Amino acid sequence: MIHQPLDFEKPIYELEKKIEEFRQLSASEGIDLSDEIARLEKKVKKLREETFSNLSAWKIVQLSRHPERPYTYDYIYLISNEFVEIHGDRRFKDDTAIVSGIGLLNDQRVVFIGEQKGRGSKDRVLRNFGMPHPEGYRKAMRAMDIAQKFGIPIVTFIDTPGAYPGIGAEERGQAEAISESILKLAGITVPTIGCIIGEGSSGGALAIGLVDKMFILEYAVYSVISPEGCAAILWKDQSKAPQAADALKMTADDLKRMGIADEILKEPAGGAHNDPKSMAQTIKEALISALAELKSIPADELVKNRYSRYRSMGQFREIGK
Amino acid sequence: MPLFGSDSKTKSSLDGLWLKCNNCGEIVYKKEVDKNLKVCPKCNYHFRMSAKEWIDILIDQNTFHELWDNIESIDPLDFKDRSRYRDKLKEAQKQAGVNDAVVTGYGTLNDMFINIGIFDFNFMGGSMGSVVGEKITRLIEKAAQEESNLLIVTSSGGARMQEGIFSLVQMAKTNAALSRLKKNKTLYLALLTDPTTGGVAASFASVADIIIAEPKALIGFAGPRVISDTIGQKLPEGFQRAEFLLEHGMIDMVIERKVIKKTITQIIRLLGNTEKKLTAS
Ligand SMILES: [Zn+2]
Repeated sequence: MIHQPLDFEKPIYELEKKIEEFRQLSASEGIDLSDEIARLEKKVKKLREETFSNLSAWKIVQLSRHPERPYTYDYIYLISNEFVEIHGDRRFKDDTAIVSGIGLLNDQRVVFIGEQKGRGSKDRVLRNFGMPHPEGYRKAMRAMDIAQKFGIPIVTFIDTPGAYPGIGAEERGQAEAISESILKLAGITVPTIGCIIGEGSSGGALAIGLVDKMFILEYAVYSVISPEGCAAILWKDQSKAPQAADALKMTADDLKRMGIADEILKEPAGGAHNDPKSMAQTIKEALISALAELKSIPADELVKNRYSRYRSMGQFREIGK
Repeated sequence: MPLFGSDSKTKSSLDGLWLKCNNCGEIVYKKEVDKNLKVCPKCNYHFRMSAKEWIDILIDQNTFHELWDNIESIDPLDFKDRSRYRDKLKEAQKQAGVNDAVVTGYGTLNDMFINIGIFDFNFMGGSMGSVVGEKITRLIEKAAQEESNLLIVTSSGGARMQEGIFSLVQMAKTNAALSRLKKNKTLYLALLTDPTTGGVAASFASVADIIIAEPKALIGFAGPRVISDTIGQKLPEGFQRAEFLLEHGMIDMVIERKVIKKTITQIIRLLGNTEKKLTAS
């Protein structure tokens, strides 16, 4: 069950809590409450379905940032048999907001790269809230080089509020690091798969998001700017974030429709945080089938297809044509 | 059409003959500034220039051929904040006199062939949406295919928010084109002018063979206000200015406007394609 409910999850949370209490009561006192529990479970199921059947973009944004949502590490450990993490950019430091390493997906080698948020206040600070510095992207590029050298496919997990806007980040070339990372992914000759697992925000997300195939979780988002940032600039009022979330068309459905994401991975009832294991299983199956598909394509064709994929993104008209 | 875009809020009150410099605050005679390549004669402040003004400075007279000026935004998200994006576009087209925030084409620079893309900050802050991304990508592809010189003059606040994710992926599109360009000997020069930030900084502007910047140009990934809000501190003097980037090893040189054409000429002679003729394009 959830422990830190969002506002709109609270009625579900209260019911779940009650069920839990009844369970404990029936165990400790030896009273048979099974009918009552079954009734409540039916009720909570229905309530969950209702709550999640027609979520606004703003609610989806909140789910994508849910403090209990599984993060990159969770998925890496849940889906891979082995994982060897690499550290540091060999230039400045090890950025813990990005995790990368080599893992085994069943019997296939995969290079994992992902943004990592922390859980709990201390860990959140340690991971810089999932906001990488240039050295994070440079570590990611080291992982890409390893993938290229040993012919290993890359899987990226995208989950960041954005690249960190700070003095050190600017001094050490945040813009250059992001740009080089995008450039490297464009030219790499191994298969690349992206999966937006939470919030994919701005250039900090795109830095590891130029891929052959892009998955997005049902309640993940992907956007050029956070709705709060957009509202502050265009509405001159941060409280208009819900309107901005609508206007930006940043949900999985929007992205699939616009051809930015290829496939939506359905989340367990109530969202990924209600059942991380089953979410991980869904991701694992999707990755394995995508890997099989992409591995069968010759390298030069793979790079060519990737080029065409991004070449065609964007909408405009040519007058007189 | 305002001569100095967002720089010249005080223009009307000064009757069009005089300008107040944004940097030193001195009132200067406009004609004198114009004659001085839009550089303040008192303090050397480099005023922002329109795409047309850049063409006049860099490209040999009557050699510029514009390409793809018929590409226009279609407001793919049907975006509306307090006003409609499509209305803002019309307004910007009228006000800046260009179809979108970048002008692309080719011509000669001291008789040497060059493909050039110039951002116009007057058009929605030089922001990059689908149109800018497409025109820049076509220009990169053209240069790479011909192995002819490429110059991009940037002035941009970043991505065009009103085009949402489509504007973000333009970074991927332009860089994908650059990854192909890097496979041959096409010379790619970037000239960063004030300001070059966000999605433009974090894509093609930061990965040119040679990066030139104008004095005091603001260059960086995040905007200074976002940074000071995030860290809760005042930013150090000169932070994210061209000289700061030079000191930190992010750009190759800071060059004054009056010698920019000469500098580019020199670099093309040393690294670029000096064979290609204008008529061949
Ligand atoms: Zn001045």
